[in-house]
Amino acid sequence: MTQSTAAVGKSRRLQDFALLVACILAAWQALYMIVGDVAITSPVTTLGYAIELLPSSDFRPHLAASLTAFGNALLISYAGGVLLGLTLGFHRFSGEVAEPMLGALYSLPKIALYPIILQIFGLGLSAKVAFGALHGVIPVALFSMNAVRGINPMHLRTARVLRLSSIETVRTIVAPAIIPEIVTGLRVGFSLTLLGVLIGEMFASQHGMGFLLINAINLHDVKMITTLIFVLFLFATVTSAILLAIDRRLHVRV
Amino acid sequence: MTRAGSVRILVAAGLLLSLEICCRSGIINMTTMIPPSEMLGAIADLARSGRLLKESLPTFRNVTIAFVLAVGLGVIGGTVLHSLPRVRRVLDPLLASYYAVPFFALYPLFVVIFGLNDWPLIMIGIVFAGVAVVVSTLNGIDRVPPVLLKVARIYRMSRTAKVRLVILPAIALPLFTGIKLALAYSFIGILAGEFILASAGIGHAIAFAYDAFDNRTMYGLIAFTLILVTLMNMGLQACERLLLKGRSR
Repeated sequence: MTQSTAAVGKSRRLQDFALLVACILAAWQALYMIVGDVAITSPVTTLGYAIELLPSSDFRPHLAASLTAFGNALLISYAGGVLLGLTLGFHRFSGEVAEPMLGALYSLPKIALYPIILQIFGLGLSAKVAFGALHGVIPVALFSMNAVRGINPMHLRTARVLRLSSIETVRTIVAPAIIPEIVTGLRVGFSLTLLGVLIGEMFASQHGMGFLLINAINLHDVKMITTLIFVLFLFATVTSAILLAIDRRLHVRV
Repeated sequence: MTRAGSVRILVAAGLLLSLEICCRSGIINMTTMIPPSEMLGAIADLARSGRLLKESLPTFRNVTIAFVLAVGLGVIGGTVLHSLPRVRRVLDPLLASYYAVPFFALYPLFVVIFGLNDWPLIMIGIVFAGVAVVVSTLNGIDRVPPVLLKVARIYRMSRTAKVRLVILPAIALPLFTGIKLALAYSFIGILAGEFILASAGIGHAIAFAYDAFDNRTMYGLIAFTLILVTLMNMGLQACERLLLKGRSR
């Protein structure tokens, strides 16, 4: 692609994106006009309230609590998932045994396990983290396992022919082959861990965004509900867009 | 059965057995978890008293409605979107980051729009499950071999004949992935909704039993849900294998 067509493609993507944002805002405003203040606040009000709420000292501890829980859960999902996935990927027979089991666990409605997590971990940070990690670890493991299985056997044979040491093989063949696929897994795991932590906070916490949300639902504080949904959607979409961009770049390189 | 299959059953049985032993010997406190055999007993008791049916019927009904509508609307939506490339390009970032968004946050909004009945739950199920079907439909149509479309043109097929005879069979497999996800997602969406808001259904019954410290009922219902979802998944996997077999002929 030449410089100018790349620039045209980029400006076009920006145009499309602006169009999408405009459409969403228009739909939001239309919904507001139909259902009114009892269900949702208008985009302008919500934005105003978000700007007022985010830096306030009432809100910051909750944000910090959510981020702490999310960070911990993410660390566990990623480390556990990649380790499990690589093990199952390299040890082919265990992988074959475990894959349908992981698939079954993946599609379980994990919310039904919530009371068990609470019984084991009690109320508070550890329960939130456990619930987040429970959601995130399986997709990361599945993607990592398939990444290893997808290594082209010809490449490994070439490494043997060239008498590469095992470290060199990992560095030059295995790592470049599996990293893009693992990053896809990390991206999916990111979203699901966030979902798990938020659900955890809704049931088992006195802190965090999930707690604020369930509290606002119980008090029917429409302005708060809409603003929180908006902030959560924004955070989720922006982070997922960044991860998706990294993901795509890695996949293109191959 | 393959060797991996039999090892899998052994592993699952071993895990259950060690859980049973841990619970019976007191390594895991009985107030934390009851042994798996007790869970089965609890399911049997719940079934005998008719409570199992009473609690699970609304959930099944809602999941079925949401699943059917999600698949129907998803296939239609995907097909329409595929014929409008400009719209698709605009919506692409939305589809890509769709599942990053915590959707259950919309329950209160849906309750106000649809009222205090089953529809907010069903809508969450549809919103959650439908997009997986849209995405898999798009992927499927993208991968229809051009030569098949040319064959359809040579035979001067009408639009409906082309969809029925060429496109649907060609996208069956990728679409099936979406259908599997849609079933799992409508279950997840509706159960989560029942936990938070509803006054009936399995999710509500589990939450209620938890709040009442009724461990036996709670574990019975949880085990029932897990067994049921696992069986449904195995059924769908069997269907998928059949589809694959038909393909290779």
